[in-house]
Amino acid sequence: MDYQVVILAGGFSSNLVPLVSKEVPKALLPVANRPVLSYVLDLLESSNLKDLIVVVEGEDAALKVGGWISSACVDRLHVEVAAVAENVGTAGALRAIAHHLTAKDILIVSGDIVSDISPGAVAATHRRHDASVTAMLCTEPVSGPSESGGAGGKDKSKKPACYDIIGLDSSKQFLLYIATGAEIKKDTRLKKSILCAAGKMEIRSDLMDSHLYAFKRSVLQEVLDQKPTFRSLKQDVLPYLVRTQLKSEVFSDEKSVEENGNGNGKNNMQSNEVVLSQILSNASLPSFHQVYESGLNSRKTHKCCVYIADESKYCVRLNSIQAFMDVNRDVIGDANHLSGYSFSAHHNIVHPSAELGSKTTVGPHCMLGEGSQVGDKCSVKRSVIGRHCRIGSNVKVVNSVVMDHVTIGDGCSIQGSVICSNAQLQERVALRDCQVEAGYVVCAGGEHKGETFARK
Amino acid sequence: MGAQKKGEMGAQKKGDVGALKKGDVGAQKKGGARVSDESEEQSRQRLQAILLADSFTTKFRPVTLERPKVLLPLVNVPMIDYTLAWLESAGIEEVFVFCCAHSTQVIDYLKNSEWYSHPSLLVRTIESHKSISAGDALRFIYEQEAETSQIQGDFVLVSGDTVSNMPLADLIQEHRERKKKDEKAIMTMVIKQSKPSPLTHQSRLGTDQLFIAVDPLTKQLLYYEEDKIDHARGTICLDKSLLDSNPSVLLYNDMQDCYIDICSPEVLSLFEDNFDYQHLRRHFVKGVLVDDIMGYKIFTHEIHSSYAARIDNFRSYDTVSKDIIQRWTYPYVPDINFSGNRPLKLGRQGMYRASDAILSRSADVGSSTVIGYGTEIGSGDKILNSVIGNGCSIGSNVVIEGSYIWNNVTIEDGCEIRNAIVCDDVKIRAGAVLQPGVVLSFKVDVGRDFIVPAYSKVSLLQQPTKEDSDEELEYADSSSGTADHLSGLNLQMESKASELGPDGAGYIWEVCEGARDEEWKHSVAPIPEDKLAEITQAMDDDDIEDESVVPTSGELKSDADSINTDLNDPVDDYGYFEREVEGTFLRAVEEGFAVDLAILEINSLRLSYNMESADCAGATFYSMMKLAVDTPHNSAGELLRNAASIMTKYKGLLGFYVKQIDEQIEVIMKLEEMCQETARELGPLFSQILRVLYNIDVLEEDAILRWAEEKAGADEADKVYLQQCEPFIQWLKEAEEEDETEDEEEEEDG
Repeated sequence: MDYQVVILAGGFSSNLVPLVSKEVPKALLPVANRPVLSYVLDLLESSNLKDLIVVVEGEDAALKVGGWISSACVDRLHVEVAAVAENVGTAGALRAIAHHLTAKDILIVSGDIVSDISPGAVAATHRRHDASVTAMLCTEPVSGPSESGGAGGKDKSKKPACYDIIGLDSSKQFLLYIATGAEIKKDTRLKKSILCAAGKMEIRSDLMDSHLYAFKRSVLQEVLDQKPTFRSLKQDVLPYLVRTQLKSEVFSDEKSVEENGNGNGKNNMQSNEVVLSQILSNASLPSFHQVYESGLNSRKTHKCCVYIADESKYCVRLNSIQAFMDVNRDVIGDANHLSGYSFSAHHNIVHPSAELGSKTTVGPHCMLGEGSQVGDKCSVKRSVIGRHCRIGSNVKVVNSVVMDHVTIGDGCSIQGSVICSNAQLQERVALRDCQVEAGYVVCAGGEHKGETFARK
Repeated sequence: MGAQKKGEMGAQKKGDVGALKKGDVGAQKKGGARVSDESEEQSRQRLQAILLADSFTTKFRPVTLERPKVLLPLVNVPMIDYTLAWLESAGIEEVFVFCCAHSTQVIDYLKNSEWYSHPSLLVRTIESHKSISAGDALRFIYEQEAETSQIQGDFVLVSGDTVSNMPLADLIQEHRERKKKDEKAIMTMVIKQSKPSPLTHQSRLGTDQLFIAVDPLTKQLLYYEEDKIDHARGTICLDKSLLDSNPSVLLYNDMQDCYIDICSPEVLSLFEDNFDYQHLRRHFVKGVLVDDIMGYKIFTHEIHSSYAARIDNFRSYDTVSKDIIQRWTYPYVPDINFSGNRPLKLGRQGMYRASDAILSRSADVGSSTVIGYGTEIGSGDKILNSVIGNGCSIGSNVVIEGSYIWNNVTIEDGCEIRNAIVCDDVKIRAGAVLQPGVVLSFKVDVGRDFIVPAYSKVSLLQQPTKEDSDEELEYADSSSGTADHLSGLNLQMESKASELGPDGAGYIWEVCEGARDEEWKHSVAPIPEDKLAEITQAMDDDDIEDESVVPTSGELKSDADSINTDLNDPVDDYGYFEREVEGTFLRAVEEGFAVDLAILEINSLRLSYNMESADCAGATFYSMMKLAVDTPHNSAGELLRNAASIMTKYKGLLGFYVKQIDEQIEVIMKLEEMCQETARELGPLFSQILRVLYNIDVLEEDAILRWAEEKAGADEADKVYLQQCEPFIQWLKEAEEEDETEDEEEEEDG
């Protein structure tokens, strides 16, 4: 497949402080003891997409990610790691690496997706319609919108649940309208011209854009060049293309000449090809785009398509602490086919080298990493525990994520919390809905609720 | 205001009832006798319908001045017959025909027709003379209802110009079941797919394009907009709450409203409660959807295989006629007797011919034509896609294309008629030409060789002039007022000084200004090519404008919006704010309350209008100057003294708001603005007022100097006051030089 894949792996996302740090950029956050990026790479590999560019914000983070990639999958995939400046936005990141892009179509994936939707299907849809852009949409995951969960009072105040408002044509193949971010809070304003051309539009607020796009490279580059103010793919580039689909500007005549001829001429050729191929294959009725184009001379259109994933598919972005907890829970729970591990009869994974004390129970939907030790009379439920952790006696871990090399003293109780690598909890600490930064030491005997432990 | 209006309306309505009761008693007697039977069969309600035999529009003028629209022939059968025949076959048992305009004609027609004695359909008439809208009609029916309670449950509401063959029983059942489950489901309206033209944005029936939003699961109607072709508002605005409560909303542009509604009795009472509802869609549906009255809901029902259309204008007359000829409306087609009409014989290529029609051998009668009884077609005639009524006589070498010739029309030799409607008893003399879109009303006489220009409407009656200015024309019914007009006009038959040639008779109606451009849209004639080209061109232009309006980016959009609102609102708000401050200040002066109190009040205004301290300073100062100017004075000196005393007295108030340099500059600007615009007499006193303000420590010298600096770069015209103050500023500067060092530092800080 002539696709180039760009993985936008981000950098140190501020939403995820204190989970991320200089040592652990967002892409390397563990989900069931594997970096989240590995899920994306596996997903792409399963669709035979092996020509990848991983874009990381910040040099340091890029080094870290590059290091992990070279150790993990250099033999299987052809991966380039590119560093871009921080806070340039998704569109900015693409602008910065534009010279790397050569293929006809570009698949852009967010590096924090944990999903089982085949990107190959999206790519195929894109090709089939000869679309300028194809976006993957999915229904809200079973575990509920990532940010509206009950735990983590801190997250609640940060962002309310953020859906997209999406307008589809009657065949559910074309994207006619999209509103994201702040626009959702306002009344929806639709352009009549697009509705008139399409006749029907279905407006859905139960779908969300899952940050996987296929772009025609020429279109993408032209938009990025023409609109230097665009920062975000989702909020700027995609809505722009959707808005202008019936009077396409991306292939205007003057531009195309300068753009090494891959603009207008090509478009004409392509559209001819499409019409021809449709006639030949007797595929389907011409889309409303073509009807519109033929009705009004001198009009150019481009197509914005969607691929709507089946409801049973799983797709969550790891973009908040709550989402981090959800993803970890789901990957060892409801969506355990994603983890790539084989589960025991008790629906849990206890590494053979892990040591359990007497009367300690590890419930279903749990994971205990390599070389970890758990003392006597402990109880672990629906939690992930990393490698080489030392857990004392009488410890309760419920609904939590404990990363690698964590030391937990006797009599601790941990609920709904995240303990990062190398952190230490002294005796009888009770945590509920807390986050502990890497390497932090929580003093003995405290009882905490909804707190974040980090060095200032 | 509302109460007053209600009072008036109430009074008017009572009048109506009084006047009309007598006329209706006859029609109701029968109903009274049946009530007892019906109470027994509560379980099975009678299927009832209300048929509005009046369209409450003026679109069919001038024809409707003489005959009600429902009696106009549609392929040689009056429209109301199609509606009644359909209702009858759809299982409706009782229909209330609401007559308003030309009510006697309608009632007479019904009495003489077989409908009055129909075995399965009980036809009753309700007569009113003052209703000018569907809303009025339903209110009238509701009032009657209170006395007679004839309408027992859900009913079908249609207008008398509906042609349909859709089954109703299931739909009514569906409506009833939904009503049982959900009390609030008061109406089901019928929609049918019909894509409007992408160019003219009107449906094939000539109605404006429709935008509706429907819940795909429940089919509840969520949004309804009948769009006047208005490119300025190129967007649809869906309320946020709508999308919040529905995960999926279907938005249609390709639907046509058939104006067939299944209503529950609540609909009538809603009209009664909301006396300002006139139009069924524009007011009632909108009211229910937007104002969310009692949580009432409207549902839609889409029909796929059956036909339903309403004749709203001349274009839909044309379209529906063709549909009838093409047999889409089966069984309501010319070769079937469905309402006592004499069936015609169907020949090849959709040619319907009466058995006794006389066709010359050399006449070329093409496809899709209807020729009525007793009609004679002369030699060499060419007739295509046209309907010709009964008893017409058509000379030789006549061309008739796409036209509707009603009954007893005489067309002499060599006429050319294209896309026209020719009413009963018209005479078209030899060699006359009707250009496309012409409507000739009853008994018009077109002179020899006369050419009737395109889209003209010709009538023996003069065009009523008085209602042109009437703003309520939209729903003021043409025909309802006809009785008055007729008496006023007195059928000016004798005036042979016709506009249709020396031997003709009739007036060509002027098209009122606004409608001229619209004429081609609703006419029987197809839209000419050049118009289409024009529209295409206009659309391109629109889009270009459109593009400039649409912000470039999603993110920028929100910013741009907020900037716009920030810019726009304060302009308006500031005016109000200023006035409020002025009022407060005047009260303070009159009632002599303390400065603190005034500050408190102005502060609260400031908060409620979201103003800056600088705005308060400006507004307060403005109020003071206004007071000074308004205080009687004889000379400029006196004015200055007044102003000075006011300023001195309230310097605490002003001083409260001018603590910053910027606010002080605002005051100077305000003074300048006043001198230039609102209070020119202050102009000569500018520098003196400035000096007073300086002396009472309202203005610091920094502020004055900064203002002078800013102004130095302005246009000559703007510098008038600066020049006036030159000596004062010079003096300030000299005073400043004494402690130069300090000031320099301050300036740098600033």
